[in-house]
Order: sequence, then C-alpha cells, then structure tokens
Amino acid sequence: MAESQGLLLAVEHLTMRFGGLTAVQDLSFNAYSRDITAIIGPNGAGKTTVFNCLTGFYKPSIGRLTMHVDGEALLLERMDGFRIARQAGIARTFQNIRLFAGMTVLENLIVAQHNLLMSASVLSIAGLLGLPRYRSAERAAVERARHWLDKVGLIEHADWTAGTLPYGAQRRLEIARALCTGPALLCLDEPAAGLNPRESAELNELLLAVRAEQEIGILLIEHDMSVVMGISDHIIVLDYGRKIADGTPVEVRADPDVIKAYLGEDELEEPPEVTAADLNIR
Amino acid sequence: MAYFLQQLINGLTLGSIYGLIAIGYTMVYGIIGMINFAHGEIYMIGAFISIITFLVLGLIGVSYVPLALTLVLLTTMFFTAIYGWTVERVAYRPLRGSFRLAPLISAIGTSIFLQNYVQILQGAREKPMLPLVQGGFTVFESGGFVVRLSYLQLLIMLVTLALMAGFSTLIATTPLGRAQRACEQDMQMAALLGVDVDRVISMTFVMGAALAAVAGLMVTLYYGVVDFFIGFLAGVKAFTAAVLGGIGSLPGAMLGGILIGLIEAFWSGYFSVEYKDVSVFVVLILVLVFRPTGLLGRPELEKV
Amino acid sequence: MAALVATLLALPLVGAQTYDIGGGALGIRTHFDWVAMAAAAVFAGRLALHLQQRLRRGREMVDETVFARLAVWGNRRALPLTLTGIAFAVALPFLPFSSRYLIDLGTTVLIYIMLGWGLNVVVGLAGLLDLGYVAFYAVGAYTFALLARHLGLTFWQALPFSGVVAASFGVILGFPVLRLRGDYLAIVTLGFGEIIRIILLNWSPVTGGPNGISDIPRPSFFGLPFAHSAPEGVTTFHQFFGLEFSATQRVTYIYFVILALALVTNLFTLRLRKLPIGRAWEALREDEVACRALGINPTNVKLSAFGIGAMLGGIAGCFFATRQGFISPESFTFIESATILAIVVLGGMGSQMGVVLAALLLVTLPEFGRAFAEFRMLIFGAAMVAIMVWRPRGLLAHREPSLRLVPKSTRVLWP
Repeated sequence: MAESQGLLLAVEHLTMRFGGLTAVQDLSFNAYSRDITAIIGPNGAGKTTVFNCLTGFYKPSIGRLTMHVDGEALLLERMDGFRIARQAGIARTFQNIRLFAGMTVLENLIVAQHNLLMSASVLSIAGLLGLPRYRSAERAAVERARHWLDKVGLIEHADWTAGTLPYGAQRRLEIARALCTGPALLCLDEPAAGLNPRESAELNELLLAVRAEQEIGILLIEHDMSVVMGISDHIIVLDYGRKIADGTPVEVRADPDVIKAYLGEDELEEPPEVTAADLNIR
Repeated sequence: MAYFLQQLINGLTLGSIYGLIAIGYTMVYGIIGMINFAHGEIYMIGAFISIITFLVLGLIGVSYVPLALTLVLLTTMFFTAIYGWTVERVAYRPLRGSFRLAPLISAIGTSIFLQNYVQILQGAREKPMLPLVQGGFTVFESGGFVVRLSYLQLLIMLVTLALMAGFSTLIATTPLGRAQRACEQDMQMAALLGVDVDRVISMTFVMGAALAAVAGLMVTLYYGVVDFFIGFLAGVKAFTAAVLGGIGSLPGAMLGGILIGLIEAFWSGYFSVEYKDVSVFVVLILVLVFRPTGLLGRPELEKV
Repeated sequence: MAALVATLLALPLVGAQTYDIGGGALGIRTHFDWVAMAAAAVFAGRLALHLQQRLRRGREMVDETVFARLAVWGNRRALPLTLTGIAFAVALPFLPFSSRYLIDLGTTVLIYIMLGWGLNVVVGLAGLLDLGYVAFYAVGAYTFALLARHLGLTFWQALPFSGVVAASFGVILGFPVLRLRGDYLAIVTLGFGEIIRIILLNWSPVTGGPNGISDIPRPSFFGLPFAHSAPEGVTTFHQFFGLEFSATQRVTYIYFVILALALVTNLFTLRLRKLPIGRAWEALREDEVACRALGINPTNVKLSAFGIGAMLGGIAGCFFATRQGFISPESFTFIESATILAIVVLGGMGSQMGVVLAALLLVTLPEFGRAFAEFRMLIFGAAMVAIMVWRPRGLLAHREPSLRLVPKSTRVLWP
C-alpha cells in the first residue's frame, strides 16, 4: 500500500496529563485511508484517552493531531468536538454504547445526518413549508440509513426503539450511526466488547466490507484478539501510555516487548465485559 | 467606616445562616449528585417548627431563656430531620436510577407541596415572634453612628461555628462520616464493600435537615417573622452559596454562605435594597458560567 | 417487604409529627376546630396515602396496563380524537349551555395549553429544565403593553414583536448558561425568572412598578373594535355586522384568537419535531456526548429550543396582556412557572395531548369548589412527585417516532 498517498491522520508527540497522571506519553502514529489500524494494550494503557483527544473531548497537553481531508490539513487539537466530527470527518463509537435510546433505530441514523439535513432545511424554514428541496434531502437521508441498516442487519428493526434492541444489535447500530455521518475516519472503541464469537465474526466481515467499499480509514481499540489479528492492517501497542510496538499483525505478534507486556500475561486475565453490557441494557 | 463595620456584622450573621443551609445542599450533592430543591422548604419548616415549639414552651411555662432556646433547638432539629428523612424516602429514593430530570422534577414537586402544605396548615400571613434575646454590645462609635453587635448576632455566629466544627469532626472521624465519604467517591463500590448506601443517604438528608432547622430557628429569632414563602429565596441563596464555595465541599459551603451574606449586606447597604436579590442571582450566574467548580471545589472531568 | 416495614415505621412518626404542627398552631390562632380539622385531614391523608401505597404493590401491573392501553388507544385514534377536540373547542361558544363565564374559563385553559406546548419544546423535547419560563411570558406581555402605550401599536401589530423580543431574551439569556449541566441550568433559569420579575417590580418609570400597566388595548377584528359605541369615523364590530351589541362578542372573539394561536403553536411544534432540528432536540435530551460526536453543535441546538420556547411564551404573554387589559409583576411569579412546568410534566413530557389534559385539569380544578382551589397546588406538587415515582414519562406517555421506514398501516404489531 502506498502509505504516504492515503495518509489520513498523523498523531505526533501526543501527551495527555490529568493532574499528576500521565495517561498518554509522547505517542506518534499514522492512520491511512482504506486501512484498519488497531490500538491495543492492557486496561488503563491510555487507548480511550487517545480517542478522546482525537475527537475533541479532551484537549491534549502536548502534541499535534493532523487530519488530512480533501487535500486540507486540519489541526484537531484546536477544534471543538462537534467541528471535528463535522469538518474533519471523524466519527466514533463509545466503549459503553451511547445511543439515543428513546428514539427509533431509523431516527438514530437520521440524527447522524443532522448537518446535511439542516442545511437542506434552511434554518427549518424550507422544512416547515415542506419544500421539495428538503423533501428530497430527507428521502436521500432515509435511503442512506436504509443502506447501512441493511449492511448491519437491522433493516427489520428500523422502527424499533433503539434502547430495546439486544446488546449486539446496539453495537452494530452505533457503528451504522457513525457511518451515516459519512466519515473519513471511523474510530471504534471496543466494538467487539460483549459480543459472542459469532457476532465478533460478523463484525469482522462488516468492517472488512466497509473498508473495501468506502474511502475510509478505520481506527480500532479492541481487546478481542480474533478481531484485531483477523482484520487489522496495522497494530499499535500501548502500555502505560507509551507506544511499545507498531507494525503488522505478524510483526507485533512476534515482538518480545508486546508478548511480555500484553499478550503473554494479560490476555487470559481479561475479564469478560459483562458489566458494561448489563449497564447499557435498559 | 462605621457603616461598613455594621454591614460587615450584619453580613456575617446572614452569611452564617446561609452557610448552614448551604451545607445541606452540598452534602446531598456530594453524595447523590442532585440538587435538593426542597431543601429551602425544609428550612422553612424548621422555622415554623421552632416558632411552634416556642409557643408550646410558653404555654407550659418554660420561661428561662437559655433553657427554652436549647429545648427549641433540639426539638426543631429532631422534627425537621424527620421531614428531611421523609422527603428523601418518599420523593427521591424511588427515583434512583430513573432518567436525568426525574429527581429534579420530583424535588420541585416536593417543594411546591411543602410550601402549600404549610400555607394551608398555618395560613399565608406572616407569623410574628417576640424578640427573645435582646441587648448587645456597642462595638464602635463614630460621628453619632453606633456599630452594634447584638447578643443574638453573636449567638448565631457562635452556634454556626460550633456546628461547623462538630460536623467536620463527625465527617472526619466517625464511621458514618467515613461511609459518607466513601459513597461520595464511588457509591457502587461502597455498596459492594458492605456500606448501607440507603442508610448513608438517609442520614445525609437527616443531617442536612437538622442544620437547616437550626438556620430556621435563627432566622425566626433574628427577623422575628416567618412565612411559608421564605424557603424559596433562602433556598436559592444558600444554593448559590454552595456553588460559590464549590459544591460538594463543606468548608466551601460555609465560605460561600458568608460571602453571599456579605454581598447581600453590602449591596443593600451601598447600592439598593430592591435589587439585593438580583445581586445574588447575578453572582450565581457568574460563578456557574466562569467557575462552575466554585472556590474550593474539585474540577469535574467528563467521563466519556 | 422491606419497603413495607419502612413505611410502617414511618407511619407513627409522620402521624405524630403532623399532629404536633396542628397542635402548635392553636397557640397562634384561636381557630380550635379549624386546626383540629386540618390536623385530622392531614393525618387521614397521610394514612390514606400510606394505605394506597401498600395496596398499590399488588395493583401496579393493572394500573400500568390501563394507562399504557389508554395511551396506545389515544395514539391509534389520534386523528379522530384531535378533530373531535378541535371541533368541540370551536363549537364551545355556540353550545346551548355555554356562557360568558365558560368561555372565559376556556380562554384561560387555552393560554395554559399554549404555554404548556411552548415549554414542552424546551423541557419535553430538548430535555432542558427551565424553571423561569414565566420570564418570557412576562417579556411578551410587557413588550405589547409598552409598544401599545408608546407607539400605539395594536395587538396584531405587536404580536410578532412580542414573539421576537421574547425569543431574543431567550437567546441572550441562554447563550452563557446553556453549557451548564441540567440541574445548574434549572436553577439559573429560576434565577432569570426572578431577576426579570424584580426588575419589572422596581423599574417603575418604564414598567409601572407594582402597579403594572393598565389600559392595554383590546384586539380588534380586522380593524373593527369591540365597543358599545365607537368614536367618530370608526365602525364597531356589531355595527358592521348589524348585530346587537353584547359584551360576550368580545369575549368570544378573544377565545377564538387564543384558540387559533394555540392551534398554530401545535402545528408549528409538531412540524418542528419531524424536522432535523426537532430530532436534534430529542437526541440532545437522550445523549449530549453522542450528539457532539456526530457533529451536532449542542449550543446551537439548545439555543434554538430555548429561543423557540421563549417565542411561544412571549406570544402567549402578548395575548395575556390584551385579554386582561392590565398587567403587573404579580402575574409572573415563580408559582406560574411551576404551574406551567407541572402541566408539562403531568401531561407526559413531549406529549401534546397530555398537555391539553393537564391544563384542563389544572385550570378547572379550582372551579369545582373552594376546597379544590385551596388544595390545587398541594395536589399538583404531590402529583408531580407521584408521577415521577410511578410513571416518569407522564400519564399519556407514548412516543410516536418522527418518521418510519415502514408506514404505520402496513405493520402488524408495534413492539
């Protein structure tokens, strides 16, 4: 893969401190379009913090985060969270699923296309009057939603209330919602957590299909090694906030530091993520 | 200068009362993270119970003032605490884990209920109270202007100080205090470790209500009138005090209370009495917008 | 079982405590019998509440389904029900049993319905607890009163101004505080409500202080005033239509004005709900963090909800001023905000129909007798708590999706 060609995200010297605690220290890596980049590491290694810095929930203490969209370089650390999603095209999911639980599956996907529809509705005036311009935009939005619902296998449940879906389906819906924003980079925070092996396998297929069809990069935090090793093009290993390895799955698997810090000791001790699952089913 | 000193004394007295109410807000917020809107009404009920107890004592012929004061203090704290307990039990406990606005709305409902409950029972008119503690010192005199510190003002400040010290020790040293601090950190974990969370929360409401009762008693003595509507403004001001001091922090609540008392006293002394309540609201808004963690509060990190 | 023991334990304490207050009150007043009755009534009330609570443990399931069924039924028959309601509202002044008093009452109900719908946008849809809604109502009313006095604008000319001014207040006040968490926001809005009231009370040169503003012009029917005799060169309503003059004509006209305003409000808010902005409000209520992650600017979305809510409140206020002919700060206290909030909460947040029912109940309750008038807010306070404990989404909570993939009629079952 011609790497410099599809460069999407460049993280340089990212450091994030909370008071005395350094959660991420001097982390640099790149993510490429049409590439699946996984960030792995033991619990507390700072993975989610990286995501939160990327998506504007935290302001990094030091470092530069550059997103390359349409030939433009955007500095994420200077942007508000919602602008990052809107202009830099970064969409994310959350470790503890954050759906609009009281709204239907379809509405969740339509809300994701808010900015598009909002401009079509011209400060809601065109929408209020029901002008054709708005109507066709809404139809297109529903079509896009239908497309992704079909992909994640939720088309049957489109009019269900999102909160009533089973756990695995909620995970898939969250991914579909992120995809509906039409992102350049999709950040998934433990998408396989709480899924059974069959669901994990389906997730793998979904991500591979997305990568194959869309001009999109995927950044992935995951504990499930079958997902990480199965689909990643590129793995970054964090331990105590520092990068200890960076390479292809084969390279990372052979890296002695990684084996010592993570795979060797920690994998068996990973507790099943049932608590998160329990908390999110209401 | 003399005028300034007098306003300072008035402000400190007022501030002590706000501080006592503010502690109730801050403790409840620290533990369950909600604003107990009904707390102002609890204070109002405290004022009413104290006036009623005075009357009952008068009827049965207790006329030695220190004894009467002590008895009233204890009775008021006791009955008001029961109100605090009941409010938590009826209006808040069933809502734990409900959606975000539910406890707030329930609290407003409780507040409306208690206000009308007292209004219907006791009437809407102001209840007068004869001055019990009279006299005072002359602190300072200049150009015909006398700065006075009445015994009552002194009493209010001293009682507040004593209660403050007492509560700080309670929370720092007793098992209940430890349990409270544990719940504040992580309620689920505390429950897993065998802390009876429900009981701790109940006790928090009881303690907050008891302190509000003391404030109610003092206001009754200080102003000599009580009506069913005093809880609303006092509640908002005490809440402002809690926020200003840093919500969740006990010394913060006291500090905030005193600051609010001072702001109010000086504002009415130097600017305009009509807009004194506006001054407090403006402070509230400014603090929330520019420093939501208050003076002594810890910053809150958003969990994603 | 534990709950049962706890409530039983509370009973003697609660009982004794109420007695104590009742007993003490006779020291102040000498209404012996009245105090005893009040004490007994409260005691019995507590007891009844307590017994009911015990009974409810068994009945809960039944109650749930009754209300759920009612809500679903109401939803399925939404269109016919709405049409019947509107038809009844339109026909009301012409029904045989109708009277000036009844039309007046209907007007009051409609004002509260309109306020309820306005606040519903803010609280029910966007999930922002606004405890100072009455401030916008007041701004609307004073805007009209001042415009009429100084510039001689009529009701219809001033109506848009009232809405715009109130909306600007909403946006200006909202801008700094909408970042705050829900409970902080609630108390800040409460503060705003009070600030506005205190300013109205004390800024006498402009607002008339506690005396308020009187002689606010009445609305005219396309320029035709409702008056017994008109000044030179002006035709009055009854002259134009060749009718006998009657004061009821004006009252009826005012009733229709608010009916029209309320219906427009309803259509407007229903329509907004199905637009991106409405869905963003609801999404924000559900999860603000997720909204930000989807590129939605939370501040703008909140501001729009706040502004539109304020605008509707302002328009209602403008109407209130023209109807009363006189306004003073007394009409805009916190109790008023609490009443409107109670209507929204009891009706079921986000439910238009619920607001209508709650407003009907709240306004007509005092008409059933003095006792009801006195206990009205007591009952409403208690009901707010009960609803939150028992059916937090309101009595008639049934959310209809803003759009569906599969049209409703072709579906077999709604899950």
